[in-house]
Amino acid sequence: MTKKAFRPDVDAPEYKGAYVPYDIIKEGAIAVLVVFILTAALALVFSSPDEKAITIKTWSNADAVDFAQTAGDELAGTSAVAGYGAPYNSNGTSQHWGFLSPEKWVGVHIPINTSQDFVIDPLSAQPAQPALTAALNQWKSASSTVQTAWADAFNKAEPNLTFVNNRVIIPTKAAGPIPVLLNYETQMARSGALDQALVTQNGFYTTNYTKPLLFLSDGTYFAGLANKQHLLGSQWGMMNETGQYPGQAWLWLYTFWYQVKPWSTSASGDFLVWGTMMILTALMVLVPFIPGLRSIPRKIKIYRIIWREHYTQ
Amino acid sequence: MAQGWGLGALINLDHYGHYIQWHVIQISVGNLIVMVLMVATFVAALLAPFPGRRNRKGAK
Amino acid sequence: MSTDIDRQWTSRIRHNVVDKLPPDKLLPDTQPAYVASWIYVFGVTTIAALGVVILTGIILALDGPQWWHSSSLGHFVNSMHLWSVEIFFFAMVVHLWGKFSMAAWRGGRSLTWVTGAVTFMASILAGFTGYVSQTNFDSQWIATQAKDGINSTGGGAFFNVLNLGQMLMWHIVLLPLAAVVLTALHVIMVRVKGVVPPFEDATTEVSA
Repeated sequence: MTKKAFRPDVDAPEYKGAYVPYDIIKEGAIAVLVVFILTAALALVFSSPDEKAITIKTWSNADAVDFAQTAGDELAGTSAVAGYGAPYNSNGTSQHWGFLSPEKWVGVHIPINTSQDFVIDPLSAQPAQPALTAALNQWKSASSTVQTAWADAFNKAEPNLTFVNNRVIIPTKAAGPIPVLLNYETQMARSGALDQALVTQNGFYTTNYTKPLLFLSDGTYFAGLANKQHLLGSQWGMMNETGQYPGQAWLWLYTFWYQVKPWSTSASGDFLVWGTMMILTALMVLVPFIPGLRSIPRKIKIYRIIWREHYTQ
Repeated sequence: MAQGWGLGALINLDHYGHYIQWHVIQISVGNLIVMVLMVATFVAALLAPFPGRRNRKGAK
Repeated sequence: MSTDIDRQWTSRIRHNVVDKLPPDKLLPDTQPAYVASWIYVFGVTTIAALGVVILTGIILALDGPQWWHSSSLGHFVNSMHLWSVEIFFFAMVVHLWGKFSMAAWRGGRSLTWVTGAVTFMASILAGFTGYVSQTNFDSQWIATQAKDGINSTGGGAFFNVLNLGQMLMWHIVLLPLAAVVLTALHVIMVRVKGVVPPFEDATTEVSA
């Protein structure tokens, strides 16, 4: 048997003291009972939040202007999702740190063409109406240069877009078929038909809400609701819950980075925050192997309180 | 709200929350209560006397 | 001959298991006298809360993911599911602080610490997938926010938080399985090695 130096933060002394009776099953049973009763009591007293999901229908009826502007941006290819980059399309600059850009390396896996998927395809599936069919044909047969010119004209007039007498009014004559298309799109949305069209593109059954959620996230209405509930990223929203309920408080450190520079202002903020959290997580998981870190408990001496009976003997 | 079992909340937390702002820190009162309780529970667990162990001689 | 029998895979595994974890270690009836603090109850509290989380989750599963919106019994079970999760994380964090204070990785217990920390991470993911599976405003908002973080790592291409079916499957099959298996490993390691003994100032040598 060889002897080697005792490392107090790695090795444990051999315990030669007394043993006392311990009923592990009874302890477990009491714990289950206590937690069950406490859970039932908290559920009875506080219940749980359930804010109804919003739909494209509720959005377009509550704020038709925001909806029509967003739909126009999707068609023009100027929305956030249209310029997102991977994994949805190749239009954006991927988040990166130096040469590290896993988002770019992985590439497009969930292809989203906002113009086609959010506007043209749903409208094309509508029952034929002469004005709509003509506008769709005009859009589809135009060259991309012409489409871009229409989109530019729309984007210029967009801030002055109004919704009067159930009509979307865009103060420009240079936007080609865009005003007609947005009128039909808005009517479709307000009737609830667009909600269906966005989820049924995969066929009869669906469990995938990627498209309607991305569409919703491009408008300001959705974020406005979240803002009232303090759910925005800039409001430490990740750890908040609707109403007054506690939320995912354990995400406090993750959401903290989004509040301070350089994470809060970087265009690659998400990637930097994830990188930071991965390093910190690795440090936590590997504490037993990291000199210095693993000595903290011996130095802060809280163990003296925990084992005070043992030390007084 | 659903009907039928009369299991509604005794205290309704479905109003807009209250938030505490201190420099960069912003936290909902709900989360703050949970965190304060956590620290308080930890300290109480350290300091509270543990019953039934004193003067008991080893069983082994 | 007994040697043939001893060489069987079955015999070898059984001997190994029984050597490492004899019944009186798996279900002990005594423990070291230094285990005398309330801080020791938070591990078992975490496991108890996990049990209530799973039980209420099973009840929610019986009638499907949207039942709780329309039934007040369903809503109550959902409330229990939420509050047991809050207790679960609450107890787990206090347990973590306690075990850190005791440097409970000492004496060949580092893997116990590692499995515990990994269980914490798996639980955060399990909780998150639950939040995005609620099929209400909260889940809509959390999903659209969380996509950016996960996309930035490249993971969003495979773990699409906007895909309800995928998130629900992770929440009710894959991550509970991971949490339970990790917890079981963690507890078995604690039982094999026993709870960590106190720091002794006098000790300078250890037999290796």
